[in-house]
Amino acid sequence: MSAILPFASTEARTNYLNVDYGWKSWLFTTDHKRIALLYLFSITAFFFVGGAFAVGMRLNLLTPEGLFSHDTYNKLFTMHGIIMVFFFLVPSIPATLGNFLVPLMIGARDLAFPRINLLSWYIYIAGGIIALTAIVRGGVDTGWTFYAPFSATYSNTHVILAALGIFVGGFSSILTGLNFIVTIHKMRAPGMTWGRLPLFIWGHYATSLIQVLGTPVIAITMVLLLLERVLHAGLFDPSVGGDPVLFQHLFWFYSHPAVYIMILPGMAVISELVTCFSRKAIFGYNFVAISSIAIAVLGFLVWGHHLFVAGQSMYASMAFSFLSFLVAVPSAIKVFNWTATMYKGSVSFETPMLYAFGFIGLFTIGGLTGLFLATMAIDVHVTDTYFVIAHFHYVMVGGMVMAYLGGIHFWFPKITGRMYPEGWAKFAALVVFAGFNLTFFPQFILGYQGMPRRYAHYPPEFQVLNVMSTAGASILAIGYLIPMIYLTWAWRKGPVAPQNPWNAKGLEWEQAPSPPPKYNFEHPPVVTEPAYNYSGEEQEVKSGG
Amino acid sequence: MADSETIVAPHPRELQHHFDDSAQQLESSTLGMWVFLVTEVMFFGGMFGGYTVYRDLYPAAFASTSHFMNVTIGAINTGVLICSSFTMVLAVRSAQLGQKKAIIAFLVLTLLLGCVFLTLKGVEYHEKWVEHHIPGPGFQYADARYAHQAQILFFLYFAMTGMHAIHMIVGVGLLTVLIVMAGRNRFSGAWYTPVEMIGLYWHFVDIIWIFLFPLLYLIGHTQ
Repeated sequence: MSAILPFASTEARTNYLNVDYGWKSWLFTTDHKRIALLYLFSITAFFFVGGAFAVGMRLNLLTPEGLFSHDTYNKLFTMHGIIMVFFFLVPSIPATLGNFLVPLMIGARDLAFPRINLLSWYIYIAGGIIALTAIVRGGVDTGWTFYAPFSATYSNTHVILAALGIFVGGFSSILTGLNFIVTIHKMRAPGMTWGRLPLFIWGHYATSLIQVLGTPVIAITMVLLLLERVLHAGLFDPSVGGDPVLFQHLFWFYSHPAVYIMILPGMAVISELVTCFSRKAIFGYNFVAISSIAIAVLGFLVWGHHLFVAGQSMYASMAFSFLSFLVAVPSAIKVFNWTATMYKGSVSFETPMLYAFGFIGLFTIGGLTGLFLATMAIDVHVTDTYFVIAHFHYVMVGGMVMAYLGGIHFWFPKITGRMYPEGWAKFAALVVFAGFNLTFFPQFILGYQGMPRRYAHYPPEFQVLNVMSTAGASILAIGYLIPMIYLTWAWRKGPVAPQNPWNAKGLEWEQAPSPPPKYNFEHPPVVTEPAYNYSGEEQEVKSGG
Repeated sequence: MADSETIVAPHPRELQHHFDDSAQQLESSTLGMWVFLVTEVMFFGGMFGGYTVYRDLYPAAFASTSHFMNVTIGAINTGVLICSSFTMVLAVRSAQLGQKKAIIAFLVLTLLLGCVFLTLKGVEYHEKWVEHHIPGPGFQYADARYAHQAQILFFLYFAMTGMHAIHMIVGVGLLTVLIVMAGRNRFSGAWYTPVEMIGLYWHFVDIIWIFLFPLLYLIGHTQ
């Protein structure tokens, strides 16, 4: 009944963390909150594995002659890409924050299929172990894109294991998406209409659509690659009539939408952070909600912009170029609406909001440079250069990882029942921002000047910018390690968090204790107001824009 | 935990704790199954896309390889699968009516038809083995003009029918589970969701074959 509980100590109340103990209660749990934590820990581990490969690459690029052999360097960037894309970025926000929050935000007791949710984690772990086996046995050198015929015929590294790991791991993504779609359709609390859904839910709904429609295609692509590598029938080998560009089409049919799997949940988090710390309803709810769906739909129609120089028909390239420009529109709508939400809001600068500011700025740079790449003439100049690297790291790291860290901080009190140390957290956020820009901004210049990606050596005139980039990467690494330390500390020793430390709107804050009990709510929630009703007005959901 | 259970009124055994009522649970299962089938469409869609590209590139080679497809077995198998879809529908109907013996009978019939299909498929694969039409080092093709292209087409043939056969094997396993469950009296007129869901899956796998048969066996066959 009481929306704001008095300060109750975490230990006094039964919650999902202390309801039972022991490894069985974790490894066989079907509670979406515990599965979210299982994902959180495993994904963090993969993040540091992938990060270690990045450290290796940046060390190598400190000097023009390089530190490692060409073969080693090829393996470093390949394993960095595979781990970061398939085992960190794709599951990061949906499988952790999404898993934890989707039922809480819509007022459900769990996801629609709790056992399938647990299964998805085991599949993720299985896929991850297979990929790690590929690493331990010597790695892969094809690049994370596995372009044929090199991957199918000529590479003598562990392509089969890596592709198998991606094939297996993909099913965890499919099952998570399926679970979210059904949950959002069928499990909403009374009064939680589509027009009242938090934008976090809209973002995850759009993400789930892509996961469900795209991931099966990468699965079959990996199957065909595996079969071709075993049989050498020539499916992707041009010397015997196979079509290597077909592989690229199949690969990017998933892998371009997959970048929206990676960024849409980040946008979903930012909508929550910006409204809460501006104390204002989102500007243009319908536009932000529908723009997520628009990104998901248009995202499936732009993959050909990866093939501008691959021998694709010029007319196809023109269509793909146009559509790539089009997908920038819904992304821009989001940025404009976040900005408009802050306008005349009571903006405060807690750590999650700092990450939100970081996201908006860096995503805008990443997005705008994406338009350079969608322009065919410019793309020809910068294809396979560091310009591309800088572009997608601004979106993936500057965007997604910022949103992930912002979200982790924002919901940390809800997840753990403890507060994190605000001073350290703000410091770390600034270190991450500074380190990130120092790492990746020089790469825009390097790419524009013509430094190609995926080479272990480079001409001496590029050294200054490369040294700057490596220095930035060291700062960035420290920026990631600091939260690891203080969040771990705060989990055990931090001050006990109240139910709603941010005075935020949303069922997870207003009606669920911190941490929530096993079935989320002590009383079945009923929703009577639109999302982000920070003004406290009694109002009906507007039907127009 | 204790107080959250009081929320849920006394409920049927099959109703899971996180659903409000059986109707919500059934709707969720049905939507979940349809979404899963959409993922399957995309999975096979990748191969159908590859098929389309190569058929466009090498129409003559396609016509040539289709002469080596065993249309008789393919046609029989098509009939077998259509019949199995029919018996599956009857099993679902019996479940709705709560007729336990009829459920088991029709499920067993569906299972047997599925096994007939797989057996005939095995015979076909064996023929291909004997004729050296399995892609790989041992591949041989009579018409030298199409030696390379034919190997790609047989690769697609095996990938597509092989994936379909794997789905059939999974379906046979699921049917076995259903038969055991029906034998233990788990289904009633009020709750038979697994029969209906696996029915949907079975029909989907049949429909895939309905597309595979003309595309792989019949196109170009008369040329």
